[in-house]
Amino acid sequence: MPPMTDARMKTGKDAAAENGTTVNATYNFAFLDEQTKRMIRRALLKAVAIPGYQVPFASREMPMPYGWGTGGIQVTASVIGPEDVLKVIDQGSDDTTNAISIRKFFERTTGVETTEKTAAATLIQTRHRIPEAPLSEGQILIYQVPIPEPLRFLEPRETETRQMHALEEYGLMHVKLYEDIARHGHIATTYAYPVKVAGRYVMDPSPTPKFDNPKMDAMPALQLFGAGREKRIYAIPPYTEVKSLDFDDHPFELPTWDSVCAACGAADTYLDEVILDDQGGRMFVCSDTDHCAARQAAGHRGPGPATEPRR
Amino acid sequence: MYVAVKGGETAIDNAHRLLAVERRGDPAIAELSVAQIREQLTLAVDRVMTEGSLYDPDLAALAIKQARGDLLEAIFLLRAYRTTLPRLAESQPVDTGRMRARRRISATYKDLPGGQVLGPTFDYTHRLLDFALAAEGAAPTEAATSDGPAEAMPRVTDLLAGEDLIEREAATEEFETPGDLTRDPLDFPLDRDLRLQALARGDEGFLMALAYSTQRGYGRTHPFAGEIRMGEVEVEIVVEDLPFPVVVGEITVTECEMINQFKGSKTQPPQFTRGYGLTFGFCERKAMSMALVDRSLRARDLGEEVTAPAQDEEFVIAHADNVEASGFVQHLKLPHYVDFQSELEMVRKMRQEIAMAAQPPEGANAADD
Amino acid sequence: MTTADISTLTPGLNDPVFDGQAIFRALLMAMAAPGRVRSVPATVEGPVPLTPAAAGVALAMFDLATPVWLAPPIDNPAVRGFLAFHCRCPIASDPAAAAFAIVDAAGAEDLAQFAPGTPEYPDRSTTVLVQVDGLMEAPGVRLSGPGIERHHDLRVAGVGKRFWAAQAANAACFPLGVDVVLVHGYNLAALPRTTKVET
Repeated sequence: MPPMTDARMKTGKDAAAENGTTVNATYNFAFLDEQTKRMIRRALLKAVAIPGYQVPFASREMPMPYGWGTGGIQVTASVIGPEDVLKVIDQGSDDTTNAISIRKFFERTTGVETTEKTAAATLIQTRHRIPEAPLSEGQILIYQVPIPEPLRFLEPRETETRQMHALEEYGLMHVKLYEDIARHGHIATTYAYPVKVAGRYVMDPSPTPKFDNPKMDAMPALQLFGAGREKRIYAIPPYTEVKSLDFDDHPFELPTWDSVCAACGAADTYLDEVILDDQGGRMFVCSDTDHCAARQAAGHRGPGPATEPRR
Repeated sequence: MYVAVKGGETAIDNAHRLLAVERRGDPAIAELSVAQIREQLTLAVDRVMTEGSLYDPDLAALAIKQARGDLLEAIFLLRAYRTTLPRLAESQPVDTGRMRARRRISATYKDLPGGQVLGPTFDYTHRLLDFALAAEGAAPTEAATSDGPAEAMPRVTDLLAGEDLIEREAATEEFETPGDLTRDPLDFPLDRDLRLQALARGDEGFLMALAYSTQRGYGRTHPFAGEIRMGEVEVEIVVEDLPFPVVVGEITVTECEMINQFKGSKTQPPQFTRGYGLTFGFCERKAMSMALVDRSLRARDLGEEVTAPAQDEEFVIAHADNVEASGFVQHLKLPHYVDFQSELEMVRKMRQEIAMAAQPPEGANAADD
Repeated sequence: MTTADISTLTPGLNDPVFDGQAIFRALLMAMAAPGRVRSVPATVEGPVPLTPAAAGVALAMFDLATPVWLAPPIDNPAVRGFLAFHCRCPIASDPAAAAFAIVDAAGAEDLAQFAPGTPEYPDRSTTVLVQVDGLMEAPGVRLSGPGIERHHDLRVAGVGKRFWAAQAANAACFPLGVDVVLVHGYNLAALPRTTKVET
């Protein structure tokens, strides 16, 4: 891939003009028709009113495939207005292909301003990560969710899991986690690590690494979750307790890092492993590209690619 | 200094251009027109309309062209278009009893009122490549069709129902407003109206495999093809202030009614049971598969033991939609490196723990071996 | 269906797409921060006795899929005509069958008449719009719960002990219960079922 020399972000209209396209006039603002938006908006209100509970909604076919963010896109399309500034990330990065594709979709269908800067965004649609920089009141974080049911891999039947949520019967989940401990000495779930929201519903945080779980707790921003193929919407209001499931004798643990970011030197971020050669050489860099770039711009430097291979 | 890979945007634009070039193929060869696809790849058009859940041969043909002949991709294109359309009215139930049938066969009777009409079927062709087709231009010879006034074609199941030999279909009033899974999320267990809608939109290959499994003993239903008919039916809507329904168009459909054995009970005399399939256009294999799976999925309602995959409503319906399935299977192409990283760390940590445990304690005597 | 009297019909949203989005967003952020007061665009109006905020929520959120129940003091031909013409929503005769309800403060003293959802589907519950005499982010009642960092103060005019008792009874049903949206003038504030109220 040729490097993109100009990393400056532009408004949707600028970007569209540059790409030789215009803001699409054939479709409604944000693609969805108003009746569909109303349906999704009503589901969103109930989702916020019942934190962590999965509200069924009549998910629509979107012009992207299922599993590629259709739920998050429908939520964003129902929430977004002309004043919003949108950021889209995948794996923490603004520049992965699917993030670009979704950002372009909203540029074309809404013309809203887009950004890579976490702090400048009013809406952030994400797949698999929560930004490193703390979010603030008034921001909305929209997660793309593949399998919204935290109990699904323990019980494939919707009729059963629905009952389990209704009865607050989460024993199966604890048994599963405890089996991990018995087998491995610790809980072996590293992402999509289940949480309990506001002391009631066990919820799937989407496949974010468990490193991100503590950020969900008492977050000042509103968190919305959309699962298009599975037709579920759920939410966590701001300042709501989100507790990762654990046991008194095996408390929830964050992964620890032996390295720092090779680019910015951060020691407190989620790091991606970059393979440098076929001799086992590798380095670690921030998965949150905006956070890393901001730190580098502020003068922070990491040790560079010469990092010792991790043991 | 390490700079993360950029340039995804350019890469996407380039991929789209490559795709357009590949779609067109050799420019020295004449471009395929949408009309050609509509007229000459009719069965592909019919499948795309059926599983795309939208009756529009021109748009289906366009979707096939745009999708380079990938029918699942074409179905997806049509669905994504359909979802943006406003709902203007709901039609009356179509009456397939009044169909202008171009094909009508029954496997359960040698002859019957209205006759057996073979129609344009592959059934009795010999599957020999016809090299004459490779030479273009010649129009096929006109086929003989009966030209007398079409004889009435009563439904086979109605004939059986007259003797009370087959279960009654639920009264139509019960489904006055059938459910619509595109407007309301599915809520298991389903009523039959929603099940049939899901099956009608379902993937032909998946349904055929399930149907086949019932024939091989996984939830056997003893089916007979009571009747298969294909032809044109009128679509009517009721307009406010008009005393009669208005015909808004004519569509081609294929209908299959399976007749299945049912033992009856101590209180109920034995009766045959039904399985039903209906598609847009001429999708006979799909209609038959649908009818078999419909009957299997009625196991619970009919008090049969649910033991086979084809009888398991949640399993069948949740996995029948190829737009959902194709999207989710292929989403594995998207980057997953953040999650993979955490698994990588976990595996390393666990290996390390095992290695530490296996190490002999300090000062241990090697001669102990 | 009630036919609207065109001569007295108040208009719909200036811009159904953008005003609808703005009203929904106000409602969403109100629901996400119980007790915080938000407002609808100043161009919104509704027939007497509907406040602009209630009319705005109706125009943004109601449609064919949402049966709406009107409390007797709210129910009149002008309101029915307005809802029929702009929203095309069915009018529910049973409050327990309503997706939305519009009531006055007295009507909100009995929240048990509305749908609380079911244990399997607690979302299938009524959202109740309550027209009150005043709404301010000022000391009055003290709210806590999801969406609230420590506590929010809210002053609601024109409601009494029985109103707050009904709120407490509703919150005690969690995860079942109705969700309340207080409206006054152009302003609105939400009291979802999760909110605890100290009077």
